[in-house]
Amino acid sequence: MLNIGGLRQGIVIDHIQAGGAMKIYEYLNLEKLDCSVAIIKNARSNKMGKKDIIKIEGPLTIDINVLGVLDHNITINIIEDDKIVEKRKLSLPDTVTNIIKCRNPRCITSIEQELPHSFKLTDRKNRIYRCIYCESKFKGN
Amino acid sequence: MRHLISPLDLSLEELEELLTLGQDIMNHPEKYAHVCEGKKLATLFYEPSTRTRLSFESAMLSLGGQVLGFSSADSSSAAKGESVADTIRVISCYADICAMRHPKEGAPTVAAMHASIPVINAGDGGHNHPTQTLTDLLTIKTLTGRLDHMTVGMCGDLKFGRTVHSLINALVRYPDVKFVLISPEELRIPSYLRKEVLDAGNISYLETDRLEENLPDLDILYMTRVQRERFFNEEDYIRLKDSFILDAAKLQYAKKDMYVLHPLPRVNEISTEVDNDPRAVYFKQAQFGVYIRMALIIKLLEVEIPC
Repeated sequence: MLNIGGLRQGIVIDHIQAGGAMKIYEYLNLEKLDCSVAIIKNARSNKMGKKDIIKIEGPLTIDINVLGVLDHNITINIIEDDKIVEKRKLSLPDTVTNIIKCRNPRCITSIEQELPHSFKLTDRKNRIYRCIYCESKFKGN
Repeated sequence: MRHLISPLDLSLEELEELLTLGQDIMNHPEKYAHVCEGKKLATLFYEPSTRTRLSFESAMLSLGGQVLGFSSADSSSAAKGESVADTIRVISCYADICAMRHPKEGAPTVAAMHASIPVINAGDGGHNHPTQTLTDLLTIKTLTGRLDHMTVGMCGDLKFGRTVHSLINALVRYPDVKFVLISPEELRIPSYLRKEVLDAGNISYLETDRLEENLPDLDILYMTRVQRERFFNEEDYIRLKDSFILDAAKLQYAKKDMYVLHPLPRVNEISTEVDNDPRAVYFKQAQFGVYIRMALIIKLLEVEIPC
């Protein structure tokens, strides 16, 4: 089994659906962070069989709530002094902008590149977001 | 300032007010002939739709106002790459209200976000066409005297026909409206409409491919075109196309006070022999379309209504 070193301070994004880590990496713009980021793909999981994990070193400076939009299974652990000090629950934001993209080829955003891709939460129970322009549905994992 | 982007932007009370105003305009057009004097309507049609554009223009002219605009993207600044947001900011300097038709869904929403004048969605792709729905509602309300306690048949392409989806969404807000959804299997209503609107609202509906045998139950028959290109194969099209054509022979099974509506243009789904039947109201419906657009312009411009 592959071993990745522990974190002194940082966050662990756990229980990402296997194969989804790179998508999360891109959505959170982690390439712009000037700290260590580890992506673990296809880690063994009792609950999920296989899962992805992202470990980010350093203080929390990113908006993690958007992760709930993408994958509701994700859990967040905040690490300080090598210990989990908080398990954070993700709450669904009422609106998200430029996190997810409208995939409707007939949407105005498909031809106007400058428009922000904005979605509003229309059904909290079923975690359904709709594009504010064309009302197409976005459903995460 | 209000816009009209979706038919559901209006509450039932506002809708009632609008329909009442439309009926008053119909009965006393002279009363409203000058209420929009000095006002300008811009018709921003990024794709051709002669009927809808002329209906808006006729409405504004009948109110004593003036119109300006373009009728295709080629003749607008969109051809030079201008965004909808920029166009509407400029048009806001030229006109008092605008009607926008756009092939892309959500374009009128973008316009409304940046406009300083009311924006009316005159159709955005397969998404919304609220003034067609208002037209349908005014037609039904005026001819039958109600929008509740009725059985509405929808026939033809129920999968892609946005007028059908909008009308169902509008009518489920009234008590005891039942639907008979008549279409080939391939062109049945989308599942979201079935699950999220009809099933979720406990609305009574029947999905069938038999027009004739369901006609006797209907108070309204809303016809739409079955387009050849919607079929997966030519064989199915040929097999099914005649089942969804309304002719005099089929119409004899309908109630004497049933009404046949159609958003137009009609191709061959209603035989021309039906046109002279008093139940065929699709051309009258086009006239109702002008009245409801007049009412909408008055409401959105907040002009004073003469006593």
